[in-house]
Amino acid sequence: MIEMSHVSKTYKVFKRDAGAVSALKSIFHREYEQVHALRDVSFTIQDGEMVGYIGPNGAGKSSTIKILSGILTPDEGTCIINGLNPWKDRIRHVKEIGVVFGQRSQLWWDVPVIDSYELLRDIYRIPQVTYQQNKEELTELLSLEELLKTPARQLSLGQRMRCEIAASLLHSPKILFLDEPTIGLDAVSKLAVRDFILKHNKTHKTTVILTTHDMQDIEALTERIILIGKGRILLDGTAEDIKDGNENMDEALAALYRKLEI
Amino acid sequence: MRKYVSFFKLRFVMGLQYRSAALAGIATQIFWGMMEILMFRAFYEADAAAFPMTLQATCSYVWMQQAFLTLFMAWMMEGEIFEAIVNGNISYELCRPIDIYDMWFARSMANRFSKALLRCVPVLLISVLVREPYGMAAPVSAQAFFLFWITLFLGAFVTIAFCMLVYICCFFTVSSVGVRMVAVSVVEFFQGGVIPIPFFPEKIREIVELLPFAAMQNVSFRVYSGDLAGKALEKAVFLQVFWLIVLIAAGKGLNRIAMKKIVVQGG
Amino acid sequence: MVLYIHYFKIQFKSAMQYKGSFVLTCIGQFLVSFNVFLGVYFMFRRFHTVNGYTYGDILLCFGITLMEFSLAEAFARGFDSFSSILSNGMFDRIMVRPRNEILQVLGQKIEFTRIGRMLQAVVMFLYGVGKSGVEWDAPKVFAVIFMLLGGTALFSGIFLIYAALCFFTTESLEFMNILTHGAREYGKYPVNIYGKKVLSLCTFMIPYALVQYYPLLYLLDRGNLWYIFLPAGGFLFLVPCYGLWRLGISRYKSIGS
Repeated sequence: MIEMSHVSKTYKVFKRDAGAVSALKSIFHREYEQVHALRDVSFTIQDGEMVGYIGPNGAGKSSTIKILSGILTPDEGTCIINGLNPWKDRIRHVKEIGVVFGQRSQLWWDVPVIDSYELLRDIYRIPQVTYQQNKEELTELLSLEELLKTPARQLSLGQRMRCEIAASLLHSPKILFLDEPTIGLDAVSKLAVRDFILKHNKTHKTTVILTTHDMQDIEALTERIILIGKGRILLDGTAEDIKDGNENMDEALAALYRKLEI
Repeated sequence: MRKYVSFFKLRFVMGLQYRSAALAGIATQIFWGMMEILMFRAFYEADAAAFPMTLQATCSYVWMQQAFLTLFMAWMMEGEIFEAIVNGNISYELCRPIDIYDMWFARSMANRFSKALLRCVPVLLISVLVREPYGMAAPVSAQAFFLFWITLFLGAFVTIAFCMLVYICCFFTVSSVGVRMVAVSVVEFFQGGVIPIPFFPEKIREIVELLPFAAMQNVSFRVYSGDLAGKALEKAVFLQVFWLIVLIAAGKGLNRIAMKKIVVQGG
Repeated sequence: MVLYIHYFKIQFKSAMQYKGSFVLTCIGQFLVSFNVFLGVYFMFRRFHTVNGYTYGDILLCFGITLMEFSLAEAFARGFDSFSSILSNGMFDRIMVRPRNEILQVLGQKIEFTRIGRMLQAVVMFLYGVGKSGVEWDAPKVFAVIFMLLGGTALFSGIFLIYAALCFFTTESLEFMNILTHGAREYGKYPVNIYGKKVLSLCTFMIPYALVQYYPLLYLLDRGNLWYIFLPAGGFLFLVPCYGLWRLGISRYKSIGS
């Protein structure tokens, strides 16, 4: 179970204006600005739940994910995930989570995918039996058989994403963070990825937290949606709450963003 | 011409923005200069008679090299240009109604001069304060000082023209890494970046002084302290002009061939 | 350790994917330090000795320093390229894995191309061995081994400081070149030729002299036997470096990238 309560986070950002004069000025003096990335964010996610975490760019999505994965320490508030504090017990905590960053790769670029998997086995200290089992299961469900011997750099985006997802699940994590897992994928790959995530969640009861700008992902995968804007939670409900009678999810969301001025 | 001037301005302002990089650079340069001079002092103490320049002139040379480092070092070549050539982004640049050679020349000039401007003043100020003979001396004469500036610019242009050749060569090779590294090493050594050219053995020195590399930092730094004067100076300035013309002509020629190749092969 | 060997294998496999560029980079590495060597050679054609060191003595010293530097650069390359590991988000990936960060950063990049520089260092060292007329016995062999170990540790420590500082600033780190490339450049001569002040700086601030000058004195029969144990200072130096790294990580966790 994930329990986040009253979490706030503020950054200091260096301000720079355009133009030659201010460039020269900034040589001698710099101004800073306070940015509230998160303000009093609270939510609870049960085991096995699939949650869509959405909001416009800069709303605080990645700060939340970073806090949940133990990379970032908040200024205020508490967070308990399966009994652990993610940033204090980071090493123990991250054993139990898998993270997919859609725009970055965790596979070693120049070697066959299977080599990356074996390195991950050593990194996570996965017992050989579990590793074999998981690898076989993932290979079958994501149809990776052909891809495992190919160097990552030669894979298409869709193929690579399938391999990335498998890489994040080799150590049987209890929680899976997916950050834009379908960005840039073609229709077939998108459907394959969505289909797999649904199945995996059913059979393994993995908690899935999904951040994306693709509303079809959300509609296909998650029942619950948390909407964040300017660092605050604005809505915690279902797709129907956002649609609010509207046919098209994207239009509904855009209307909502305008209404909330985020 | 105006578009190159505005391009120069844009890049110049960009170069000025890197304030903390410049600060760090200045610290590095001052340290480098001091260590270099301490090293020369040790050799001077070992055998003063074998010194080919005065110790004072050597020290001034070292300080000027540090102050104007960004004008003359070949490793200041811009990675962005190499990338554009290798990954084919160059085709965007080709769409603009400008000459690639002139644009890159303007860009390199802006890059080098903006960085030099930020760095040279503090380095020179501090080097003047260092006690004699280890600091930067005054120029030997007003005439030498005047010639110093002329040959400084000439030398910087020769360096840029040479780097242009290196960029253009990369159109014809698969990997730019090798060409680039060889060029950087050769330029550094033969322009007197490791040890000043007068410290080379006599025979080698005679040949090296004819090469385009000797037309880079070597001339102006030695004019300043009077190490290069009279007939030898005339010859050196002539060589600077000569090499500048040759390098630009060669660069423009090769550039034309490279452009044809791109148009034909589609990049 | 098992994990590091695994990283090593993967890195080697990756490097071998680009054999052409690998060879070229090796040659480039060779050329860059060949410049420095050529400078030394020209100076000695003119001056013959400096501070009582002969050409052979200097080659010995330069060879050892360059070997240490190449080793540290090859194995601690992950620290050296840490700013890009930070900026491309790779460090976030490292943080969500349940292993020591330093081990993972080291495994991130192993620079096999430094073999070009290493080769030159070895040749120079061997040439120096021939020219300097050192009479070798067991303590002297150990002195060289200790120098290599301590020096590699020292340089790795400096790369670690560099990486730790990347957490605090990204742009003004050029001054770290003083400590890394400066030491390689000026480490070609025993530090005492630069004068007393530099020698004491290099003894007490950053212990270059402990791994280079003092044990070298022993090699050349000018120093005490216990000088050969001074390179241990290179390992001691790692302690404050590691402290700075921990500080950097805790900052990273509080402000993010």
